Amino acid sequence: MQTRIRIQREDFDLNREVADLTANGEAGAVSSFTGHVRKEGNLSTLTLEHYPHMTEAEIARLVAEAGTRWPLTGVTVVHRVGSLKPGDRIVLVAVASQHRHAAFQACEFLMDYLKTQAPFWKEEARGEQHHWVEHRNSDDDAAKRWGS
Amino acid sequence: MNLLYFAWVRQKIGKSEEQLTPPVEDVASLIAHLRNLGPNYADAFADLSRIRVAVNQRHAGPDAKLGPQDEVAFFPPVTGG
Repeated sequence: MQTRIRIQREDFDLNREVADLTANGEAGAVSSFTGHVRKEGNLSTLTLEHYPHMTEAEIARLVAEAGTRWPLTGVTVVHRVGSLKPGDRIVLVAVASQHRHAAFQACEFLMDYLKTQAPFWKEEARGEQHHWVEHRNSDDDAAKRWGS
Repeated sequence: MNLLYFAWVRQKIGKSEEQLTPPVEDVASLIAHLRNLGPNYADAFADLSRIRVAVNQRHAGPDAKLGPQDEVAFFPPVTGG
């Protein structure tokens, strides 16, 4: 399984990532998820912080776990950090497999676990007010449904 | 040991990293030690239901054993994705 994990400040290009993921010709199916900064009220900036090295290691563990559950040919995870604006892309998970069910399921599995395990934190700026986004229990529930 | 703080834990304590080697055996006793270092630490560790821990870059619980070479990170529940 070809694995690419990147944490970066820069934006990413979905078409280019999928082209890289399918370049070896093994995949018959690619499923991808792109998360964006949602415009809510007067949100001006969303700043993402992470724990360098642990972030990459934790995502690599999740990708390896997905690889034991489904027959995957490749996985790309790109997560942005730094200052983002409403509408900006935050995260990409793209999963390639020979058939669609594995690609769909592994993509959702990876997003669910990324939300509960990968050490990222979001701080919102609204006017002069800054506050840290609270973890959602619904995200824990989404991850739990996959079993341990 | 090398201690790291992220997000509001970092802001409350007022630093992102420090080297300390207190006489503690596990995460729970390290937290008890840190709480006594000052009001900023007491504030950061006031509600342990809002604190998560990693030892050597892996998620860990209060019972995780610690040694002088370990990297221990404290942070809020994660909010990526």
